[in-house]
Amino acid sequence: MLVRSKVNGEWRESDVWEGSSLLSMLRDELGLPGSKNACEQGECGSCSVWLNRELVCACLVLAAQAHGREVRTIEAMSSEDRLHPVQEAFVAAGAVQCGFCTPGFVVAVADLLSQDPTPSEEAVREALSGNICRCTGYQKILDAVFLASAQMTGGAY
Amino acid sequence: MDVLLPRALEEALEMKADRPEARPIAGGTDVMVELNFDRDRPEALIDVSSLPELRDWQREDGTISLGAGVTYTRIMRELPEHVALAQASRTVGSPQIRNRATVGGNLGTASPAGDALPVLAAHDAEIVLASAGGSRRTLPWNEFSVGVKKTALAPDELILAARWRILRGPASFSKIGTRNAMVIAVASLCLVFDEEGRSVRVALGSVGPTIIRASEAEAFAGEALSRAGAWDDAWAPFPVADVEAFGELVAGAARPIDDVRGSAAYRQHACGVLARRALSWALLDRRENGG
Repeated sequence: MLVRSKVNGEWRESDVWEGSSLLSMLRDELGLPGSKNACEQGECGSCSVWLNRELVCACLVLAAQAHGREVRTIEAMSSEDRLHPVQEAFVAAGAVQCGFCTPGFVVAVADLLSQDPTPSEEAVREALSGNICRCTGYQKILDAVFLASAQMTGGAY
Repeated sequence: MDVLLPRALEEALEMKADRPEARPIAGGTDVMVELNFDRDRPEALIDVSSLPELRDWQREDGTISLGAGVTYTRIMRELPEHVALAQASRTVGSPQIRNRATVGGNLGTASPAGDALPVLAAHDAEIVLASAGGSRRTLPWNEFSVGVKKTALAPDELILAARWRILRGPASFSKIGTRNAMVIAVASLCLVFDEEGRSVRVALGSVGPTIIRASEAEAFAGEALSRAGAWDDAWAPFPVADVEAFGELVAGAARPIDDVRGSAAYRQHACGVLARRALSWALLDRRENGG
């Protein structure tokens, strides 16, 4: 079936299997492999994207449900020569190890900071409870969130 | 496989009458897992996430009607005064899941571990079902939910809403799992007080084929509060022995099985612990809030 969605600001059309997920549409049809495919059951958060500005797991959205809607992925967060402040913070804090979970974390952190620019540690842990990292042990990821928060609000870290 | 994309309820109901085998999908947090793992391949899917009629909630004449398509994120944001429901919502999955998952999904999937279900049961909720031609029927929660993943939903019907009388009194939802997030309940409990009706209600999740109301424990608690004079005076001393006896009765009402998430014995024990805690919280809450 044909699905037409506004992906990262541009209307794109894909011909997908009726049962396919938004994640497989993004990765296999639209050439956007930044959102990762890991658990396919919403457990790990590595496919986090925005659907109509709401944070979702792309693996749990039926591609057809994105028809006529707006999708924003990790690919839209940086430009040619500039990373998003959350991405810069992940690099600076050493919050990346194997990197597989990173796109999902970056999206989830950006979503959190857009709603709560200076979150408490408790709020960060709750907001990131749906993103799993099997390498870093989370402390550096937390460091990155507070660094990004400080940089984005002009506060001190 | 076909995907049906109705834009309004009546259109959806006509499609469902025409294609009764079509599986409704809203947030997709259950249905997509089945598809992704190829556990099930329905002949058709009907997307109910765009139906405005399912996305509303209303409070009227002391009753709340909660549309089947209201997400857990919205419940937390828009209905925080419905304490037990908001607490249960906060334990659902993760932010990503709560942004999509709906109360209608918990009802339709009918897993005894559905986090909203003990709350609906404790409130004696009715489930509103719709079929084409403006036809509506209402079932009490325990007639709607009839077994593990089994409901009384007819093939041409869609779940429209859950509604219940708003109760005055303390309420809580608690859940046992291996983490604070992303867990399917090993056992869960919703306790609510109905100050006007002078009754206590307890519903258990994940410890039986459907949600279980611990009626013997409920009657005991109501009487124990009367004996203590606590319905009239929240500060009246309430015997610890009664809290313990209440816990035992609640544990006795559970009908758990052994499975990968926990043993039957553990679940039974957990129900008693949750019950004692919930009753203690409620008694304290009535003192703090003037009963």
